[in-house]
Amino acid sequence: MSARAPRTESGPRRFAGFRALLSRSDAVRGYVLISPTFIVMTALMVAPVAMAVVYSLWTQSYLDIDKTLTLSNYAEATTERMYRVLLGRSLMISGLVTLVTVGLAYPMAYFVAFHVKRNKLIWLIMITVPFWTSYLLRVFAWKIILGFNGVVNSGLKGLGLIDQPLQFLLYNPTSVVITLAHAWAAFAILPIYVSLEKIDRSLLEAATDLGDGPVRRFLRVTLPLSLPGIIAASLIIFIPTVGDYVTPALVGGAEGRMIANIIQAQFGKANNWPLGAAIAISTMAVVTVISLAYVWLTRKATERIA
Amino acid sequence: MTDDTPFIAIDRVSKSFGPVVAVDDVTISIRRGEFFSLLGPSGCGKTTLLRMISGFETPTAGEIHIDGNPMSAVLPHERPTNMVFQNYAIFPHLDVRGNIAYGLRKHRLSKAEVDQRVGDTLDMVKLSGFENRRATQLSGGQRQRVALARALIMRPKVLLLDEPLAALDKKLRENMQLELRSLQQSVGITFILVTHDQEEALTMSDRIAVMSEGRVEQIASPGELYESPNCRNVASFIGVMNFIDGTVRGLQGKFAIVETAALGQLKAPVAGPFVVPDAPVVVGVRPEKLLLSDCSPEGGANGIAGTVTNAAYYGESTYFYVDVEGCEEPFIVSTKNDLRDTSRQKPPPGRIWMSWRDESMVLLPPE
Amino acid sequence: MKDVSYIHRPNRPLAVYAILYLGFLYLPVLFLPLFSFNDATTIAFPLKGFTLRWYEQLAEIPALHGALLNSLKVGAVTAVVSTFLGIFAAKAVTRYTAPGLRPAMAIIMVPLVIPEVILGTALLILVVQLGMELSLVSITVGHIIVTVPFAVAMLISRFEGFDKSMEEASSDLGENAWWTFWRVTFPLVFPGILASLLVTFTISFDEFIMAFFLSGTETTLPVYMWSQLRFPARLPSVLALGALILLASFFVVTFAEWIRRRGVSRSQPGL
Repeated sequence: MSARAPRTESGPRRFAGFRALLSRSDAVRGYVLISPTFIVMTALMVAPVAMAVVYSLWTQSYLDIDKTLTLSNYAEATTERMYRVLLGRSLMISGLVTLVTVGLAYPMAYFVAFHVKRNKLIWLIMITVPFWTSYLLRVFAWKIILGFNGVVNSGLKGLGLIDQPLQFLLYNPTSVVITLAHAWAAFAILPIYVSLEKIDRSLLEAATDLGDGPVRRFLRVTLPLSLPGIIAASLIIFIPTVGDYVTPALVGGAEGRMIANIIQAQFGKANNWPLGAAIAISTMAVVTVISLAYVWLTRKATERIA
Repeated sequence: MTDDTPFIAIDRVSKSFGPVVAVDDVTISIRRGEFFSLLGPSGCGKTTLLRMISGFETPTAGEIHIDGNPMSAVLPHERPTNMVFQNYAIFPHLDVRGNIAYGLRKHRLSKAEVDQRVGDTLDMVKLSGFENRRATQLSGGQRQRVALARALIMRPKVLLLDEPLAALDKKLRENMQLELRSLQQSVGITFILVTHDQEEALTMSDRIAVMSEGRVEQIASPGELYESPNCRNVASFIGVMNFIDGTVRGLQGKFAIVETAALGQLKAPVAGPFVVPDAPVVVGVRPEKLLLSDCSPEGGANGIAGTVTNAAYYGESTYFYVDVEGCEEPFIVSTKNDLRDTSRQKPPPGRIWMSWRDESMVLLPPE
Repeated sequence: MKDVSYIHRPNRPLAVYAILYLGFLYLPVLFLPLFSFNDATTIAFPLKGFTLRWYEQLAEIPALHGALLNSLKVGAVTAVVSTFLGIFAAKAVTRYTAPGLRPAMAIIMVPLVIPEVILGTALLILVVQLGMELSLVSITVGHIIVTVPFAVAMLISRFEGFDKSMEEASSDLGENAWWTFWRVTFPLVFPGILASLLVTFTISFDEFIMAFFLSGTETTLPVYMWSQLRFPARLPSVLALGALILLASFFVVTFAEWIRRRGVSRSQPGL
């Protein structure tokens, strides 16, 4: 028997070829399978962003583009007071939105994960459905509600509670925060729900068995274990809202304008695409740095707890 | 039923996952029509070895032959093997008939022929009339039978079973052991069973390979494995054994004289070439080969006195733990509870004697 | 209540909160259909009476019909392409382990965490620099970037829902990779595929920013609506249109969520 098949790495395996390689190596099959999606997505993201970076190094001279490479757009984007104010405000608003949305969503996610037994499917669908429906219309609904002649004002007037419409409802950062907290709710609930649902229920029973009351059990077991969900929810809300255009445009007014509105203006009325690209790239850089810092800090904090 | 030509030859096969060596230079030959078991604790490499036979894993080195053909270039779906998966892998979107007939697509059979074969196979696994049940409507035992039927209908040269009974409760498992055994004898297909349950392996197999840490420790029939294990690992993995360290003093025909600290000189059957004068050895005795009595044994039988410190009651038998002066570990003695007498639940008071025959001892190489 | 364990015992304040929260999610949107039936051009209380004229007006706007058709086209192509790409990625990452697969996956999911304004303007620059026309094609490309991560996330939870040994069993019973996919993998992930098609279609149908930056002469429904918001007189008919879109999206997405989540076991909650 051993004479027939000496210990060998090659032998009949030389037949190999691509098909055999495919069937043999899980790694190769995995790479082959993921590559179409990976290549398409990378190309669709890298090419435009790279082009935008190049573009941001050019300058607009009236109707032409001056293709000498220069950092002057970045100088303008980072020193001009208006852009700094708008970026700062965008970050503030997004931070606030993230805090409010995650804070409001957590009890909801907790309720569905731990207290809904029979109709979990229905609850999940009810939470998920609004956020697949038109973002534009959901934001627009708030304009109707908070507007000068909107639902709140005309309602209160009809009830005789006020004589003049309340001006402070619309066109300020608060209305932007409210609208965004509503629009992004499901994005916060679902990741937190998933992380809560994954918690082994016997861990909670063990904590109780070892003498923790409901509050301590929550703080010492449930909350730390749901932290990945909280982090995911925070990032998935914070990053896109910094660059949100629709909400500030519809309900923000002058006081609630955000960075995306000024980027859009450069591509529209102002017609200074290189500057617009530079502001967009700088925004992305700032957001990336903040996000990485956030992930790093929360990870450090959890390590300390553990 | 069996003959001596190797039907499946596993030849110096190794498999490593990165730095972890799961199977380490294993050579096994299995005969046609044999019920062969790979037995070992979890993580010993037995499932990896089975998955290399089925083609789901590729050996890092070595070759597997089935019926004379090398398998390394043969893809899983082209191999003459079929498998009963540990979780049964019953297709949830198909009914029982769909599951069992799954592999027949290539055979281009008429609907009547398919029905005929599905019916016959269901008869064989005692599941007639279940054709239209959904996978979700089956109990654990029924799923196991569907998985078995689905594989058997392919008439494989080798049927591979990966812990097929692990998910069943004890009573059902014992019934299925007997059924699988008689099924294998009636279809005459070579079965290779992976299990961590030594009883299962002993009751069902023609031969067993005991594996540990990726290596084969011993390949033998169930009786040989139990009565003549070749090392401490095998001896203690299959059943229970008492071990006494000793040194060979001399040979007397088929027996060796062994000097031990606690029990003095013993005369045990020679077990292998490692038994030479002055070699350190381990003397092993199974608990049921030790006899308990109130007084010293007569007629020069081996015997020693001790006190019983503990009793483990199993219903049909009791294990007594006997402390003997000079031995660190207590001796374990199994007694058959052949009288209706509840006193065997507790250790008997006072000193008792253990005695055994020379032939009951096994010599093992030291660790 | 005997079957309720200690951990799961009812918590009434939390239940009340949850219901209020659902109200917060749904109520604002309901004002759109409410005012779309109101017989007045201004959107304010008190309601003036019931009318269907804003809906009747919709039938008379050719630009709207063109935009609707465009949205359907873009949505259909986006749904098919992103679901197709999603299947590859989801299968790769749930079935195989290899160094680099997870990072590759992270990169595929990146559009989830890039502001759409940035992706939209960057694509706009690229299209213009390459000398191509802004068209429904450029919108579709933008939508594919946005929808692929969602398709992948939905399909992953479906692929994780069944055991790898199902595919091995098929292979063991003599089927090659192609037949195994069609006889085992596809039927088992089909609900996920259908849900992915429906949801990615809806996202594309409703998407505004990408379409806003990337549309040329032809545009999609959300961009058309945006352009109408400037005219107060058109507002009621925009509300009527919005109400119809919301209703349609609601049914499509509810159906999609229902088939997707049904049968996915509790241990794999997924997105």
